[in-house]
Amino acid sequence: MHNNPNDLIVVDQLSKYYRVANKQPGFKGTLKHFFDRKTYDVPAVTDISFKISPGEVVGFLGANGAGKTTLLKMMCGLIHPSTGLVDVGGFSPQRRQTAFLKEITLVMGQKQQLIWDLPPMDSLYVNAAVYGLSDHEAKVRINELAEMLELGEELTRPVRKLSLGQRMKSEILAALLHKPSVLFLDEPTLGLDVNAQARVRSFLSEYNKRTGATILLTSHYMADITALCPRVICIHKGKLFYDGDLDSLANSLSPSREVKVELKNPCAIEQFDKYGEIQDLNDRFVCLLVSRDKLTDVVSNLLTDFDIIDLEISDPPIDQLIGELFIKGEVN
Amino acid sequence: MSFKVIKTLLTTQYAYMLEYRIEIALWALSGVLPFIMFSLWSQNDVGNSFGLNDIGLARYFLSAFLVRQFSVVWVVFSFEEDSLSGRLSPYLLQPLHPLFRYVASHLAEQATRLPFAIAIAITFFILNPSSFWLPSLPQLFLAYLSTHLAFTIAFLLQSLVAALCFWTEKSSALERLIFVPYLFLSGLLVPLSAFPSNVLKVAMITPFPYLINFPAKVLSGMPVDIFNGFLAQILWISILVPSVNILWKLGLKRYTAMGA
Repeated sequence: MHNNPNDLIVVDQLSKYYRVANKQPGFKGTLKHFFDRKTYDVPAVTDISFKISPGEVVGFLGANGAGKTTLLKMMCGLIHPSTGLVDVGGFSPQRRQTAFLKEITLVMGQKQQLIWDLPPMDSLYVNAAVYGLSDHEAKVRINELAEMLELGEELTRPVRKLSLGQRMKSEILAALLHKPSVLFLDEPTLGLDVNAQARVRSFLSEYNKRTGATILLTSHYMADITALCPRVICIHKGKLFYDGDLDSLANSLSPSREVKVELKNPCAIEQFDKYGEIQDLNDRFVCLLVSRDKLTDVVSNLLTDFDIIDLEISDPPIDQLIGELFIKGEVN
Repeated sequence: MSFKVIKTLLTTQYAYMLEYRIEIALWALSGVLPFIMFSLWSQNDVGNSFGLNDIGLARYFLSAFLVRQFSVVWVVFSFEEDSLSGRLSPYLLQPLHPLFRYVASHLAEQATRLPFAIAIAITFFILNPSSFWLPSLPQLFLAYLSTHLAFTIAFLLQSLVAALCFWTEKSSALERLIFVPYLFLSGLLVPLSAFPSNVLKVAMITPFPYLINFPAKVLSGMPVDIFNGFLAQILWISILVPSVNILWKLGLKRYTAMGA
């Protein structure tokens, strides 16, 4: 794969296999497992290639066990690839050179680096020292991030006394203290309530705008992806099957749009056959599925042919589309 | 690693250890094995066959207790827990070798143990007033140095086993392979002078006598070959440092970031 100087991250034919042991149930299986353990390689990621430019926010989508977290771990240098190459800003991540480590950060939902029995501030000053920040720099940076994350006296309370949301925000603060330019976020809103999720999302969006940092994000919450990621990479059973913008993905997944019509007077169902696929007809309300290329004509004809009070055009919900996508495992 | 990193790590870990001061007092009390061995050997008058009278025996085992307090290592257990729970992952992505965090945690714990160890030593002298002695300053300095070198050897030995976590996931089971010879060959149960000469010869080519026996003899003022003792400690450290480094690098290639 040719490296363009504008590419910050280049992933080329990347694969990762995990060696696992297979054990049959029961006492016989246990004995066999003890004396004659059978191991085999399970592919977690297979032959994946893509490039990411500086400042991009990219969402990784996939069902549980699809391979998105393994991919993220290889890109940040936590695990070594079985085959293929990863290049992040000119560095080979698995070598974990100091200059590379100072440029990146990894945030894992539910996993913490903060010391449990001490206030987050203690861990923050350890991180500041590890990354070579002066006391003044650390103080300025902590204040700046604390303001963005709406954290105050929580930073001087023991971590164990904080709510999950406060803890997660403190974790994010600790992870961003050294001004990393590449953020690897693995389920950063996992387990948070709706309000806390929204706050973390708006923080990440603002952080990206202010610093131009590149953000790579995995999440089970579609709201995270739709709010933050113009580009998505879909992984299914370890393979990449979509890389592009979220809108195009929605178009590929559903080539039709929903047209909901409120009529002045009730009409017979047959009258709508020629306009599109009837989803629902209830007294004066009709819901049609219309292909995108015919949408303008259909809407124009409906307005001419019927006495219409209201008309609404929408995409089917993205959550539903993605859910179907994971089941199908392919894009149309 | 800068002085600031060392200072911040130590002060933070000390603050953390103070949260667990009662637990640490109990750990200090649980290290009374040398006192049990002392009462056992002194009652049976076996001490004389070691070339030690009761006072010598008491001083040796009190010294063994103190050396053990400041050289005890549990890195394999912490490392295994962090490795299995996924807590190791963020540490691996910071520009500081994760083992330094464990070193800081051990040193902070030693500082927390100090007052408890002193209290236990005072109680021992009250119960055995004839064994009271105060080491000279040079003797104290050499004992301090040899105890810290003993801690370094013990830490590196356990780090070597801890690095096997990258292969076995449950390397604490392998720690027993070190603990058993440590128990018998370090001088914790009996001074090494009690061993038959051929067993002693074999023991002296292992790192274990330099973990308790050598520093305890230095502290208690017993006759000991200071030069060769320190030389052996430094030799073992210079063998173990590259060994840990190599095993660590090989292990990282196999790291799967479980639980993360």
